[in-house]
Order: sequence, then structure tokens, then C-alpha cells
Amino acid sequence: MNIVVCVKQVPDTEAQIKVKPDGSGIDEAGIKWVMNPYDEYGVEEALRLKEKLGGDVTIVSVGPARAMETIRTALAMGADKGIHIDDPALNDADAYTTATALAAAIKSIPHDIIFCGQRAIDDDSGQVGSVLAELLGIPQVTIVTKLEVEGSNIKATKPIEGAQLLIGSSLPCVVTAQKGLNEPRYASLPGIMKAKKKPVDIKNAAALGMTADVKAKVAKFVPPPARPPGKIVCGDDPAAKAAELAKLLREEAKVI
Amino acid sequence: MAKGVWIVAEQRDGAFRKISFELASTARKLADQLSDEVCAIVLGSGIKGIAGELGKYGVDKVFVADNPALEPYTTDAYAAAVAKIAKENDPAILLLGASVQGKDLSSRLVGKLATGMATDCTDVKIADGKLLAIRPMYAGKCFGEVVVSGSPQMASLRPNVFSIVENAKAGAVVDFDPGLDPAQLKTKVIEVQKDASGKVDLTEANIIVSGGRGMKGPEGYGILEELAAVLGATVGASRAAVDAGWRPQSDQVGQTGKVVSPNLYIACGISGAIQHLAGMSSSKYIAAINKDSEAPIFTKADYGVVDDLFKVVPELTKECKKLLA
Repeated sequence: MNIVVCVKQVPDTEAQIKVKPDGSGIDEAGIKWVMNPYDEYGVEEALRLKEKLGGDVTIVSVGPARAMETIRTALAMGADKGIHIDDPALNDADAYTTATALAAAIKSIPHDIIFCGQRAIDDDSGQVGSVLAELLGIPQVTIVTKLEVEGSNIKATKPIEGAQLLIGSSLPCVVTAQKGLNEPRYASLPGIMKAKKKPVDIKNAAALGMTADVKAKVAKFVPPPARPPGKIVCGDDPAAKAAELAKLLREEAKVI
Repeated sequence: MAKGVWIVAEQRDGAFRKISFELASTARKLADQLSDEVCAIVLGSGIKGIAGELGKYGVDKVFVADNPALEPYTTDAYAAAVAKIAKENDPAILLLGASVQGKDLSSRLVGKLATGMATDCTDVKIADGKLLAIRPMYAGKCFGEVVVSGSPQMASLRPNVFSIVENAKAGAVVDFDPGLDPAQLKTKVIEVQKDASGKVDLTEANIIVSGGRGMKGPEGYGILEELAAVLGATVGASRAAVDAGWRPQSDQVGQTGKVVSPNLYIACGISGAIQHLAGMSSSKYIAAINKDSEAPIFTKADYGVVDDLFKVVPELTKECKKLLA
């Protein structure tokens, strides 16, 4: 089975995000970069499928030079090879442009199933997997917490508000991974050593025959709106404090 | 020339979901600024009867495709139908909900219509005749003001954030043929398993009572369930509680869980790790109960109680029961 996983390097969830004074982006100084957590579920699921059905796992990432670390992490977990799409023209890519680059790279390699994270925790856009599927002309199943492959079909579990769906799709297909799909493995020391020698192709936009055409642009980054300072309910008696809180919620905030 | 503010309304089992009225009301506001009309797309089977309801919230025209192939929702059928009518009518702005279904559909449409979209917006306005969409990024650690240069200008709206405003318009119902080709429908819903508890999803809840590491174990959540029952709230959890196996993954609020916007979020025994704060800071009111007065959650809270939650929460339940009696 030919398995492709799209991964993105993002700031760690514990990272403080500071907006640059001119609002042109975020200040990257001091940020610890990691693989997008949802993409880790994709990598893990790909490796489990490979272990069960055989085949090979290709990692594809769009990002600057540092994104190579994330590709190597996936290779250290057990993936076979990588494609690193690195082009300054793609640094401010929106979902459509990123998916165009991924599609151009993936078109030229065999692909039975493609995993993406259900969203990246930096831009929180959650579009790339679906746009990629559309550009490749294949179906998508998004936000998946359980996956079974049966021949050339899949069955995927997808939680929606108040229910769970079991969705069937033919392959090839894009599956976007949600937390709960699996528990990603850590790279082993031998895995890390081996990863250094695994092949990674580096391509730019021209090599992929594409140009960046950004259709949704963040014109300005701003810090989150400040919340007004809150009230601390004082006193020594828990019951009295609880009563005061209930009263505030009822009479001042009017939310209960 | 692209025109009209369009929405894709969402219905399930023949009833509109709340997000549909939020979309209609928001579209009306934008359209009024553009002196333009609001059109809605409603898809499903046996749903023509409900379509006119959208008129109450400011929709001028409702395009309905009533077709057995559109029930239940599948990406393939819905995206094909919406793309067809969008291409025929060239909307200036197209809004969807950032619900599970809306996220799936809207992102596929970005591909089909070769345009751009601002996802999960918390505010939208018109600036210089164009859509300006404001959306949390990095799970709310910063915000982006997004301009879409593609057409239509697409945005998905975070559920529970936009007001529903009644503003009666014609709501004229027009049928359209979704033009579905069965050969293109590659996915199908095999089974729907409804949540037996019938609890409101965290993303749609008006009130959330959430517990973290301070709950000390799965049994600690009993007192939160009791408070939630009195308030008609949904119980949520922090990542620490989910990773410890105390609560199911579907309860997790935060950067790697659900991003929620209730009217009231009651955080119990949650210290307020940045990735948790990111997932709930768009709540309208936040109350925190924690025995550590230095806990970061208090920097976000409108109301704070510094005390043992196991003493405060049962008393709060009693008080709320009295007030709501």
C-alpha cells in the first residue's frame, strides 16, 4: 500500500505567541517547533497500516528549511522517505496554495491513501486535506477517530455533534486525523540514526510546475482582545462564596 | 459581477440547526451594508417545507435542492450541489458554519471554487466593500484579520458566537437541480450512532462545567455532573484529565480538543495551561474555582473563587437549584 502523510511544523502547544509590532506576523524568536499534533496521528496510522498491509510511507511537508526536522522526526518514527517543498514564495501560503503544492508533489507518486492532520494548530485553518482531495479528484473523510482498510475501501469513524458516523469510502482517499485515532509512538534511537540516511527530495514551486496564488491573506495579526479584570469572591466560608458566585452569575452576568 | 451574500444553511433530521439562523442574521447585516440581497442554500431530502423559515432571519431567497441523494450529508453530494449553484449565481460572499459538517463542506468548496476562506471566524464585517473576517489563530493566542481575494469570498462562522436577529424578509423558496452524478458519489454514511446521553455538544452548549487535574480522578466528576444537570450544562475536561483517562476524548476543551464559546464556562480545578485557555477564552463569561490563587485561569476569569472545589461546587449546585427553582 502506498501511503502518503502530509505534515506541518508548528509552534509547540505551550508556546506563547507574540504578534510583531507591525502586525505582519508572529514573532518566531524562542519558539519551540514541533510536528503538528494532529499530523502525528496521521504518521502513526500510516505506520500501523504499513505494518499490517506492507507498502511504504512517504512524508510530504511544505515549509522553510527548519521543516526538515519535522520530516526527519516522521522518518525516525518509521516512515520511508520524504518530500520537502521549500520555497520562500510559499511562506505565506494559504490553504489553497499549500494544497496546490502538496497535490503537485503527490500526483507524481503512487498514493492509495493520504493522511493529513484535521487541522494545523498554528493557522487553525483545517482546509488543506479537503482542498488536496479536491485537487487530486479523490474523496475525503475528515476528522477521523478510527479507521479500517478493507481491500480498496475504507470505513472511518467520525464524531459529529451528538453522534458518531461510520463512513465508507473508496480508495484512493484523503483521511484527516483527529485525536483518538491512535497513540503516536516515539522515535527510537536506532530509528533516529536510520532517519538520517533516508532519502528526502527537496523541491521548490518551479520544480512542481506551480506558482503561489494566495487567495486568503492575513492582512493583519493582532493580539487577542483583553478581558476586563475579573472579580475574586472573598471570604472564608465555601458555602457563602458559592452563594455569592451563584448570585453574580444570575444577577450581574445574567447567564444562569 | 459577483453579487449577494450567500449562506449554506445546515439542517439535521429535517430541522435547522441554530448555526443556520446565526448565518442568516450575520449575512443580513453584511448585505445591508452592501445594499445587496441574502440568499440561502438548503440541501436535504423532504426539507422543502422548512426552507421558508430562514426568511424570518433576513433571507430574501432560499435555493432548495430536495433530493434523496442529499440525505444524509456526504461531502461529495453536498459539495457538488453547492458548487453548481454557486457557479451559476456567482455569489460575492459565501458563509458556512464552522460546525463539523460545515468545516468539511466549506473546505472542499474552497477547492472546488478555487478560492480562499477564513475559517472559524468570530467576527465578520465589510471594509471598503469587501469582507473582512476576524478569526482566532494559534487557538486564540492571536487573531488574524483576513481578506479573501478569490471569489466568492468565503468564511466559516464559529457556532454560538454570532447573534440571532429576527428581520423578516421574503424567504422566497426556489427549487434547483443539484445535478448529481451517482458515479461521483464515492463516500457514504454506513451507520449513525447517536449519543445515547442526549447531551448537547460542547461546541453548541450555552453553559459548560469543566474539570481538570484538580478533580483528582474520574469519580470527582460526579459533582460537576450534578451542577451541570441543574444548569442544563455540558461537562467538559482539560487535556490533563483526558490524558489521564478520566474523561473521554470528546470532552476535551483546548488547543488539541474542542474550541468552545459558551455563554458561561465554569472551570473547576483547572489551572489554565495556555493550551487550555486557548480553547475557551472566547466564552462570554468565565468563572473559575481553584484552590491555587496563582493559577493562570484567574487571569481569564470574570469571577473567581479561591477554595477547595469539592467544598464549593456542591454548595454552588444547591444555590443554583434555589435560584432556578
